[in-house]
Amino acid sequence: MRDTITSLRYRYWPDHLLGEILSKRWTETAIPVILLLIVGFAFSRSIDNFLSPASLADTARQAGEIGFIALGLALVVIVGGIDLSVGSIFALTDFCALYLLDVLGWPVPAVVVATLLCGALLGAVNGFLIGYLRLRAFITTLITLIIYRSAYDLLIQRYSNAIASAFPDIPSWDFIGAGSVLGIPTVALVYIVIAIFGHIFLTRLRPGWHITAIGGSRRSAYNSGIPVRRTIALCYVASGVLTSIGALFFASRLGTVGGDIGVGLEVIVLTATVLGGITLGGGKGSVAKSAVGVLIVLLITNGLTTMNARGGVNRMALAGILLVAAMVDIRWQKNRTRIISKVYVAPTYHALPPPPPTGIGQGGPFEQNDKLRNVEAIGLGRIEAPEDVILDRHDNLYAGSRHGDIMRFLAPDYEKMEVFAHIGGQPLGMAFDREDNLYVCIGGMGLYRIKPDGTVEKATDETNRSMRSVNDDSRLRLADDLDITDDGLIFFSEATVRYEMDEWPIDGLEARGNGRIICYDTRTGATRTELRGLKFPNGICVASDGQSILFAETFGCSIKRYWFAGAKKGTVEVVMDNLPGYPDNINLASDGNYWLALVGMRSPSLDLAWKMPGFRRRMGKRVPVDEWLFPNINTGCVVKFNEQGKILESFWDLHGENHPMITSMREHRGYLYLGGILNNRIGRYKLDNADPNFVQYDKRWGKQS
Amino acid sequence: MKRIRLSQQEIVFAVFALLFLLFSIFLRGFLTPENMLTLLQNVSVLGILGLAMAVVVIGRGIDISLIAALAVPPGLALQMVQDGHSLPIALSTAVLLTIAFGLVNGWLIAYAEVPSLFATLATGLLLAGLGQAVLFRLDVVQWSSGMDGFERLGQGTILGIPTSIVMFAIACIVVAFLLRQTRWGAYIYAIGDNPYAARVTGIPSRPIIVLQYVVAALIGCFAGLVMAASVNSMPTRIFNSTLIYDVILVVVLGGIGLSGGRGGVLNVIIGTLVIGTMLNGMTIMDISYAGQNLIKGVVLLLAVITDSFLNPRNEETAQQGDI
Repeated sequence: MRDTITSLRYRYWPDHLLGEILSKRWTETAIPVILLLIVGFAFSRSIDNFLSPASLADTARQAGEIGFIALGLALVVIVGGIDLSVGSIFALTDFCALYLLDVLGWPVPAVVVATLLCGALLGAVNGFLIGYLRLRAFITTLITLIIYRSAYDLLIQRYSNAIASAFPDIPSWDFIGAGSVLGIPTVALVYIVIAIFGHIFLTRLRPGWHITAIGGSRRSAYNSGIPVRRTIALCYVASGVLTSIGALFFASRLGTVGGDIGVGLEVIVLTATVLGGITLGGGKGSVAKSAVGVLIVLLITNGLTTMNARGGVNRMALAGILLVAAMVDIRWQKNRTRIISKVYVAPTYHALPPPPPTGIGQGGPFEQNDKLRNVEAIGLGRIEAPEDVILDRHDNLYAGSRHGDIMRFLAPDYEKMEVFAHIGGQPLGMAFDREDNLYVCIGGMGLYRIKPDGTVEKATDETNRSMRSVNDDSRLRLADDLDITDDGLIFFSEATVRYEMDEWPIDGLEARGNGRIICYDTRTGATRTELRGLKFPNGICVASDGQSILFAETFGCSIKRYWFAGAKKGTVEVVMDNLPGYPDNINLASDGNYWLALVGMRSPSLDLAWKMPGFRRRMGKRVPVDEWLFPNINTGCVVKFNEQGKILESFWDLHGENHPMITSMREHRGYLYLGGILNNRIGRYKLDNADPNFVQYDKRWGKQS
Repeated sequence: MKRIRLSQQEIVFAVFALLFLLFSIFLRGFLTPENMLTLLQNVSVLGILGLAMAVVVIGRGIDISLIAALAVPPGLALQMVQDGHSLPIALSTAVLLTIAFGLVNGWLIAYAEVPSLFATLATGLLLAGLGQAVLFRLDVVQWSSGMDGFERLGQGTILGIPTSIVMFAIACIVVAFLLRQTRWGAYIYAIGDNPYAARVTGIPSRPIIVLQYVVAALIGCFAGLVMAASVNSMPTRIFNSTLIYDVILVVVLGGIGLSGGRGGVLNVIIGTLVIGTMLNGMTIMDISYAGQNLIKGVVLLLAVITDSFLNPRNEETAQQGDI
């Protein structure tokens, strides 16, 4: 009963989604967006007309003006600095625009250009001090804040009357301030255009990448040849220019130079920036985050003003939000990977009946023996991690290596070893096609084709994205083993879509069906996923009817058969289940049966743990990785089975000296060649009663000269 | 390094002497007893704040919220006395508020790891907003009869020396003792010099940093009480002024590097004298408030630039995000 409840709970509740969602970049933007929705909803319920068109247009104008400043600050924060002087630059450029227009009577285009130049100049002072003289950004911009502010105060003492008494009636100037296109205020329109450009700039253009790189690690950016000082200085210039754009709209909207313009603006903009999720200290941030932050802050301040809150409350609210947002941001950035790694492992319920006996004297097909004791070792100490081995029709032996090479041992004595092809990822399963091309599954890379002359080509590294997966499962993470049908379809297994090559045993800890079988069509080049939700699919072998494949589910401890053609097309049948170990590769035997490697044997402890997902989750959270209860992959065996699911024979290395760990085996001319992903050798075992002329290539594709 | 630091002190002292000399010769009314008294009284509050800032800056932090600690808790004390509470209760409430404020600052910086500039900028706003919104009825909290006797903290003389100067002297002695004679002071220097090394050595960095901000807030509150006593009111709008920049100016000009681990009380005294003389001179010259700010800003900028050359940031221990 309890087991049933546990099994139902783990079958239908998607535990694994939490870790996958948290590891997505967009969650960091999603949180401010949700906050924005909550704030907007709360105020629209408590204040009348909060979302009326007039109120919204007014908010949009303010948001546009502040949005420009926030964009500038975002740029500066992403590059790893901060700009507190924006409020004063805002005031000064506002004055500049109005002075030029009202007092000097310049034409509007000239005013616009001059104001932007003024902003650039004020920003350039910051940029020079921080970028080239390498002063601390915070203290420096705090000082320029005072200097600019006092300059502004001095200027308005002299000119505020002249500006206040002028009433310029210039349509183009009014259009900037109060006009709208299709109901959208001019300022919002310009903001949207600049924001879109800013997004492209930050995510697609070289200078934007330089900015992010410097913010991420200034020294590394310098070492990779990025002009750090110039880029930083230019960011402050850009901040000045963007602030002056905001000031231009403000000037044309209100046309005043009051004493408190821009006072405390830096705190508002800073709050917006941090609240949007742009990380203080640099390296992370986006235009969307900046915009969302501005909207939240504006909604809150406008809402509080509408509710007649005292000035102090407004101040406290802003400061409080700023602090909480900064704290959350800092803690999250610091602990992100740790949190994700804690919640990412999401074990599920996996019950297996007690395994068949393997002990000596207990009988049964898996009874241990010592047949593999005298296996010859090929390439002992010279090859590392030959997961799969294969022989071509000229008797040469191929095996993958940990170093990302396909090694070739030359017949007849297999003494001479050479690099047949260099790939760069770890080669796993291998198969020859009719044209002697060697297809290889590469962990972390996909399916590759090696021509007989050793040139490497990519066959496929992606498949169709499934809509219901949070992790991007279009890329191949762990292509494992393959076989080729008579029609040139390549069926290959992807063991897991949740873990990388080096973490594959963790998938066994989860025991969820994370794997799939994918088909690559060599004639059309198309790739599509055939079967999903398999528990670490591994070995694949085309069955005798040519219409189905046999595949092994390592952590499902079973062999299944999948029909891809014929009358039973699309169905899956269990050939064998409840194996005593974890099945790996499957290959043809000379007598029409199949070889199967058991990479490791089941243990009662893990079998029990598989029924206790909560226990495994606690283990994943509280115990360091190297202390986890992992599937045993240290000792295993080779068995021979037929399509009816009957075990015919088993081969063990009882003393574990020569060949304890086996992930693959190939029969060739009366010998069995053994590979193991943790081994430093390839085993060669003389088979009794085997066809001395059996060559897999000949059997599959017909004998050729 | 030590030689350069000493020479910086000497240079600043020479600047002070020169400034004093020039003002005495060219400024009518500078070298009068009344003006000297005003100068010293103004300067003493600045000096006490400078001591608070020095404690934090030596520990590689900065406390922008000092003015809030100066204005709000003493203002609260005045307000409470006005509302009929007794002086001891009002004072202890103010001190408790100050300690709580220092604890919040310290916790944010030491435990939540928010950069000190940033944290104190926000907490200062928070405390000032709290005062504005909840605690005070008027921007200027007036003196009331219940406070009688307390004004002697800032007015009158002791042994012929103006009391506020005596208060500054007492604060100097206390801080000098804390920094130089106690283990706690040595820890602050260690943390300021290299926080990671300090931590590895087994110094309880985080509690010490918290303590640092609590002490700074308490000194700030003390400065506020002295100020309130000397002007018989608490103008809480002082938070909006640029006083905090004067305080930073005192510390940086005095020769306490912003990169931490260096300097002491003597530097604060020298810095205070220079700034005090400069401000006083500018006031006598009838330079407008904005003009004074402009000049102060430029001087502070030059001081920070010089500081960054004399005490360059240690790139090995400067954190990512240490802005």
